[in-house]
Order: sequence, then C-alpha cells, then structure tokens
Amino acid sequence: MITIDDVLETNRMITENKLDVRTITMGISLRDCAHPNITKFCENIYDKITSSAEFLVKTGEDIEAEYGIPIIHKRVSVTPIAIVAEACKTDTYVPIAEAMDKAAKEVGVNFIGGFSALVEKGYTQGDHILIKSIPQALATTELVCSSVNLGSTKAGINMDCVREMGEIIKRTAELTRDREAIGCAKLVVFSNAPGDNPFMAGAFHGVSEAEKVVSVGVSGPGVVKHALEGLKGADFTEVAETIKKTAFKITRVGQLVAKEASRRLGVPFGIIDLSLAPTPAVGDSVAHIIEEMGIESCGAPGTTAALALLNDAVKKGGLMASSHVGGLSGAFIPVSEDAGMIDAVACGSLSIEKLEAMTCVCSVGLDMIAIEGDTSAATISGIIADEAAIGMINNKTTAVRVIPVPGKKVGDTVEFGGLLGYCPILPVHNQYSSEAFIARGGRIPAPVRSLTN
Amino acid sequence: MKIVVTIVGQDRVGIIAMVSNILAENNVNILNINQNIIDGFFNMVMIAEMSESKIKLVELQKILCDKGQDINLEIRAQHQDIFNVMHRI
Repeated sequence: MITIDDVLETNRMITENKLDVRTITMGISLRDCAHPNITKFCENIYDKITSSAEFLVKTGEDIEAEYGIPIIHKRVSVTPIAIVAEACKTDTYVPIAEAMDKAAKEVGVNFIGGFSALVEKGYTQGDHILIKSIPQALATTELVCSSVNLGSTKAGINMDCVREMGEIIKRTAELTRDREAIGCAKLVVFSNAPGDNPFMAGAFHGVSEAEKVVSVGVSGPGVVKHALEGLKGADFTEVAETIKKTAFKITRVGQLVAKEASRRLGVPFGIIDLSLAPTPAVGDSVAHIIEEMGIESCGAPGTTAALALLNDAVKKGGLMASSHVGGLSGAFIPVSEDAGMIDAVACGSLSIEKLEAMTCVCSVGLDMIAIEGDTSAATISGIIADEAAIGMINNKTTAVRVIPVPGKKVGDTVEFGGLLGYCPILPVHNQYSSEAFIARGGRIPAPVRSLTN
Repeated sequence: MKIVVTIVGQDRVGIIAMVSNILAENNVNILNINQNIIDGFFNMVMIAEMSESKIKLVELQKILCDKGQDINLEIRAQHQDIFNVMHRI
C-alpha cells in the first residue's frame, strides 16, 4: 500500500521541485511521402503529419490531468527532409518547411523537428538543397526545427559542411535579426546525432526507426538539487547514490507516461530520454546542482568533474527504470535555458572555453549560447569543428547551437522568450583567425578505435 | 481504477466529511484513509476506487479543487499509478 510519505514526496517533487515530463514526441516516418512534384509532396507530408498526430496534444493533456504530472511539450519529429524530399524537382525546400509549420500548427504541437540532413560522410543533391534552404526556412516558419549531422565516430568529419554551416548560421541570424536571431535557436549542428532523440531543436525521426513511435524526454534538475541539499559534506559515493535513486524515480514517471501515451495513441513506444533538462525558472537548473555539490559558481575548477558524476549517475539510475533508453540521455547544459548558467556567465565564472570542456562529459554540447553578431563565419565553423572532434573521438553526441546576434556586443543581454530563456552575450576570448584551417575543406578521417590514450 | 486524493491545508472541522460526501455522491468508494496533523497543518491521503464512478477523474478533480479553494484547502486527485511506479518496483 502507498504510504502518506510516498504521496507527499511525489507531490512535493511536482509542486516545489518542478518535476515534469519535458516532452512527448511522436516520430513519424515520411518515407512514403516522396513525390517528384513538390506541391504534391507537401500535401503528402501535411496529410501524414496531421492524421498521425491528430490526438497527440489531447492525449498528452489527458495524461497530464489524470496523473497530476505536468507534460510541458508535445512535439513531432519526422524523417530527415533531405532524404524524403530528394525526389522533388526543385532547387529549394522552403515550401516543405512551410508545410511542416502548417501541419504543426494544425495539430497544436509547439515544435516540429526534422528539417535535417545527415552528411557526415558526404552530400547528396538533396542535402545540398536542404542546407541552402535552412536560413530562409527558419525565417519564414515559427515551429520548424532544423539539424545537420556533419560528423561521426565511424565516418569522421565533413569539413566542407563545417565550413558551410558557419555561413548558414550567420545567414540565419541575419534573416531573423529583427527577432534576436531566433532562427539560430532552432538550428543544431551535430556529431553522432541519435535518430531517436525526442528533444528539440535536434529531434528527427531516424531512418532505422519504425513507422511511428512515441518517445518521452524526462526532466527534473530541481528534484536532484533538492535531494542533494540533505547531503552537505557527504562524500561522492553518497552523492552518486542519491542522484541514481532520484533519477530512477524521475524516469519511472517518464516510463509510465510513455507507456500510457503509446497505449492511448496506438503507436509503439520508442525510448525514454533520461535527461536533466533545465528551464530558466528558479529551481530548475543543472548549474545549481553543480553548485550544490560544492562549486561556488558553475564554471569554477571542479565543474567538469561534478558534471561527469552527475551525467553518469543520471544514466545509471534511469536505465533500470525504463524498458528502452535512448536519445541523448544525460544532463543538458543550454546556457540561456538555465538560470544558474545565466548567472554564472553574468558573473564571469562561465566561459565558452569552459563550456567546451564540459561538453566532453555532458549529454550534448555547446547549447543556446549567444555570441557577438560580428563573429566571423570561420570562427563559428572553428567552434563547430572543435565540438564535432570531441564527439567523434569520444564516441558521444556533441552539438553546437550558437546564436550570433546581429548588433549585439559583450555586455548586452538577449531575450529569446519562453523556455528558450535569455542570455548575456558570451565573449569568444580567442580573436585569432581560423580562416585558413576552415577553408581547406574535405574530410577529417574517422579515428582509430584502439590505442586510446 | 484507483485514485489518490491528497488534501493539504489548515485544519478545521469537517474536512473528511466534506470530501467523503463528494466521493459518495459520485459513487467513488473509499478504500483507505491516512491523515496526520503537523503544527496545525492538515495532511490527508485517501485511496479510493472509482471504477463505478458516475463521473470521470478530471470532473472529480475539478469538483474537489473548487470545493477545496472555498475553504482554503489544496485538494488533488490523481491516478494511483504515478505513486506506484515511483515508489514500488
């Protein structure tokens, strides 16, 4: 029988520590939508998305009400558009993004991911068209998210794409300059991108996935921080054990929601993404967990070790709680979406360079970082290359989502609104050029998988 | 389907009677009641069976929540499984 303490603990996690299920994401294959006529293709994907996800939002809201657990986002991810649109006789995929946007609005989700290309080994014609369409697509749509995978441990890094993405990010910022370059907040560049990630902006429905799946991303940094508050001075064995137990409880809720959503929608359950996803709300910060462990301000020496322990313990605790784990799974460090990270940047404790080190042990990469608008495309490409190399060598997912905000300088703050948060402009400390390096192009060969030192 | 009704707030006469009445009116059967009072603060957890209920859980939630607000109590009704999965393997 459930005890009064069990009930009060669960409800305290929800009301005081902001436990929530971050997202229910329905992955939909668009492989059967291909058509040489782009108008017909757009109709096909609109019909498929709206019929598949018709009840997604309603189902999410019903589960939320019945179990009393907030489910923040309901989203859709689709097969990378560069693959399914390749048969279209056209030189731009912007109309496809507009059809995705219209479908997302029709079903009531708050983002749709999959305006994507997978080019880690090389480009096809469709990949070229998609990448060139990104700036305009993100400027003319509201809910479409885009991602490009340009590196992997098996294939190496496509440095032509690294160069191109520096320019695409700059162009995207320019086309959305009247909205604080919001287009760049919807664009992620990956190395080792997973095909089952339910989180935006990087979600897409991988080519090896089923026809449709429902995946869930859990959250709960506030719950982990609260659990650690009772452990002042305890050693790291105890810290890790406590995080594992907390992650287990959080993930069990995610598993329940995923199974229930899958049953009600008649769509197979995909995976649970075991993630600590922060929001800008007070009490929902990954940086504050690191600070609770004893780091005065996130970014100080010891931060990478603290994050490594956190990331690992979250996975260990969550693994047993779910029947299928996947996606990104770990602790996210999106700067503008985390109140503690924002404070750490504002007080000078956290820099891009330290964040880069942290991405070696966190779940993704350099995320939601606003930089000066006049940062050169080559410098952005240099940042992408470094991040892709960390992912490639360490056999992990890494990503870059930087926002070069036109007209903004260090000292300014940008407001993206909602869960995208706000962020002081971070300085790129090293002003020396990466131009000649990035201009080379070609491919960085795949790394050796033994003799690892 | 079993539900868990949680009531938190300032203690006063008739809280249990009020909630029990609402449940009875809607044919929801109380299986277990657990309550304590800490520093005048009322905490109660009630487990009830609503498979024969006249109304849906969301409707019951609204009635309980509105009634609770009238007398400054926070009343929640949730599907039992969220507690089961979190605290029982």
